Amino acid sequence: MNMNTIDLDRLKTGEVNLGTSIMAVQFEGGVVVGADSRTTTGSYIANRVTDKLTYIHDRIYCCRSGSAADTQAIADVVHMALQQFTQANGGPPSVHIAATLFESICYANKDALSAGIIIGGWDKEVGPSVYNIPLGGGLFRQPWAIGGSGSTYVYGYCDATYKEGWGRDETIQFVKNTLSLAMSRDGSSGGVIRVAVITEDGVERLFVPGNELPTFWEGLEVLGKPAKPLGVVPMAIEPL
Amino acid sequence: MSAAIHTPTSGFDFSNANRNAFLESKGVKMPKATSTGTTIVGCLFKDGIVLGADTRATAGPIVADKNCEKIHYISESIRCCGAGTAADTEFITALISSNIELHALSTGRKPRVVTAMTMLKQRLFQHQGQIGAALVLGGVDATGAHLFTIHPHGSTDKLPYVTMGSGSLAAMAVFESGWRPNLEREEALQLVVAAISAGIFNDLGSGSNVDACVITATHAEMLRNYVMPNVRVEKERKYGFRQGTTAWTREKVREMIVSEEIRPRAVAPGGEAMDTS
Repeated sequence: MNMNTIDLDRLKTGEVNLGTSIMAVQFEGGVVVGADSRTTTGSYIANRVTDKLTYIHDRIYCCRSGSAADTQAIADVVHMALQQFTQANGGPPSVHIAATLFESICYANKDALSAGIIIGGWDKEVGPSVYNIPLGGGLFRQPWAIGGSGSTYVYGYCDATYKEGWGRDETIQFVKNTLSLAMSRDGSSGGVIRVAVITEDGVERLFVPGNELPTFWEGLEVLGKPAKPLGVVPMAIEPL
Repeated sequence: MSAAIHTPTSGFDFSNANRNAFLESKGVKMPKATSTGTTIVGCLFKDGIVLGADTRATAGPIVADKNCEKIHYISESIRCCGAGTAADTEFITALISSNIELHALSTGRKPRVVTAMTMLKQRLFQHQGQIGAALVLGGVDATGAHLFTIHPHGSTDKLPYVTMGSGSLAAMAVFESGWRPNLEREEALQLVVAAISAGIFNDLGSGSNVDACVITATHAEMLRNYVMPNVRVEKERKYGFRQGTTAWTREKVREMIVSEEIRPRAVAPGGEAMDTS
């Protein structure tokens, strides 16, 4: 604590951090949201199997990054507000309404919160949609969004790889590949990959164990070991 | 009149926070709160939850209490282990225990673990980490057995085995190598004892005895001082050496008593006899 300078550390000391890799991508029939599973306090992994994909409504999920306490509290408030909305409205809310609720909380309390949230969902008005709410409390609709500390390593990969018009399976593979690359470069990300596929029909949860992550070039021939055949071709999206 | 305005009614008073931070930066030592530099754990097994805790409370380098209780009562089948600031863990568990009882009375149902968890996390989040309570909450309710960790800032995790406090790393190492799904009651209890013991022996902030609590659907069993690996031996208060402590190679007994035979001299007849008349 210093009285003469502004404290720029957004996380308070000892706070639980979601030093994270999160992602959401929309496709024709729905949205694929994905996240790593690491929660840290300083250098200690407080939870290695965290579920950062949080249920907000039947067809709306959010990916949380930043402070665990802040993002859980916001998600709980929005979850309750949307339950009340559903009762008053007589039907489920649109993804845009959910995203706006998140945004207004994040913007109004921007000085007290450290929360980077991505919302993904399906509604009958616009179909699938992805909204990104970065640290300052902005609200941006995007075809794909990445977030958390690990995302900085894979912007280039996403820019180079993403194409419109993918199907469900291609999109899932894109999310898995991106998260695996982010987790391998970012020390604050890791563990397993959790995925949720949100479509009109429902939500399907997928799980990739830590020893079955998609692999890329790992430099085995440099170490004199026989090179493994590449799990994936970096620029290609393979069908499952 | 002015006293009424300035008397705080309840809660925290931050009016001196900036002043204290300034003084601390100038090197003034601030008083320390008693903290439970602690090992607390929880573990899921076939029929419920086992909670565990050590019994050491510290204030800086001083052991403030050698046998304190860190497993707090929330309801009949929900208990909560506390690490961090002793006073905060004591009071927040007591408050939530009270609110849970009222909640149970008003709903007419047995309380759920998630309800206690939500009450605790919302209270801790409200105070932005100023309540220094790091908790392990466990219990069995209508929806099954549940185990949570709650951090001081109000974040929660739901896991099958958890550890908290300064000894959490030592205890987690035991769980990571020994835990598997569907443990028997006795196996789970022994694993919790091993985890707490790892904290007691490898972490300076933890020590003394192992407390445990086994919670199943039918009843909760509090095992106070279940293992006592640090019993203090009785002080004899005798510091003399035992006989035979020093080895010897030869023995020689010397006659120390000087004896002499005294024979009274025969008195000459009619000679120098003392006149005793």
